[in-house]
Amino acid sequence: MVIDWVNFTPWASLGGGLVLGLAAALFVLLNGRILGISGILGGLLLPRLGDIGWRISFLLGMAAAPTVFAWLAPADFLAAPRIEAGYALIVAAGLLVGLGTRYGSGCTSGHGVCGLSRLSPRSLVATLTFMGAGFAIVFVVRHLL
Amino acid sequence: MQKISEFVVGLLFGMGLLLSGMADPAKVLGFLDLFGSWDPSLALVMGGAILVGFFAFTLAKKRTTSFLGGALHLPQANQIDRRLVIGSLLFGAGWGLAGFCPGPALVSLFAGQPKAAVFVVAMVAGMILFELADRYIHQPRARQVGAP
Repeated sequence: MVIDWVNFTPWASLGGGLVLGLAAALFVLLNGRILGISGILGGLLLPRLGDIGWRISFLLGMAAAPTVFAWLAPADFLAAPRIEAGYALIVAAGLLVGLGTRYGSGCTSGHGVCGLSRLSPRSLVATLTFMGAGFAIVFVVRHLL
Repeated sequence: MQKISEFVVGLLFGMGLLLSGMADPAKVLGFLDLFGSWDPSLALVMGGAILVGFFAFTLAKKRTTSFLGGALHLPQANQIDRRLVIGSLLFGAGWGLAGFCPGPALVSLFAGQPKAAVFVVAMVAGMILFELADRYIHQPRARQVGAP
């Protein structure tokens, strides 16, 4: 293993992680909800009465994030995301992520952040599994193919 | 009050993703490339988030209502089953192919990235595929979807 010191951003990533944790903390303490994006979005597909509003308010907040972040952040944080995958790969990956997160009942936020924070063995298994699969796929794509 | 809190939490979460580097697929893939030139940044994202989250959930578990007075919707499922593992394998594979998980994909869509928009459309299609499969294949079984 070789550490990529050039791209390592310890402070921004730790700071961003603390903000993500704060968001998850406020959500459970104030709203009584688990902050899991795949669940919040997936619950809108077959919506139940009275279970829609909170999802929409949350997503509207997320929609405002890029604009507010651009006001607050220094210029070197505003680089556009680097998306190397072509459109065919993007579609395949999106299908897998949508199907997999709903089948496994959670993603990086619901299982990874909230589940590990509440010491759920189920979320630990899910997180180790999806991270393991991610490591494996990147290994195959970058080092075997 | 609930609505304001939901909106602010969504805003904070989106900004956390942007600040942390999670919303940059190349950075995510740099983290997942354990056997290449490895960028450990995202381990700090998870560490920071769990550090704060741990105290919040420890407190939440002791309560019966939220601080705004509503119900606490904490997950009840605790079985580690095939659905959990297979679903997480599929998700991890998709995450490793493009470098997007659901939150960052949504934030990048809201930032106006065309590829993120295509990803989100495909992701929602995958979610609909799940709903159909769940309804027509797994139907007799009790539904345990929603919370992690």
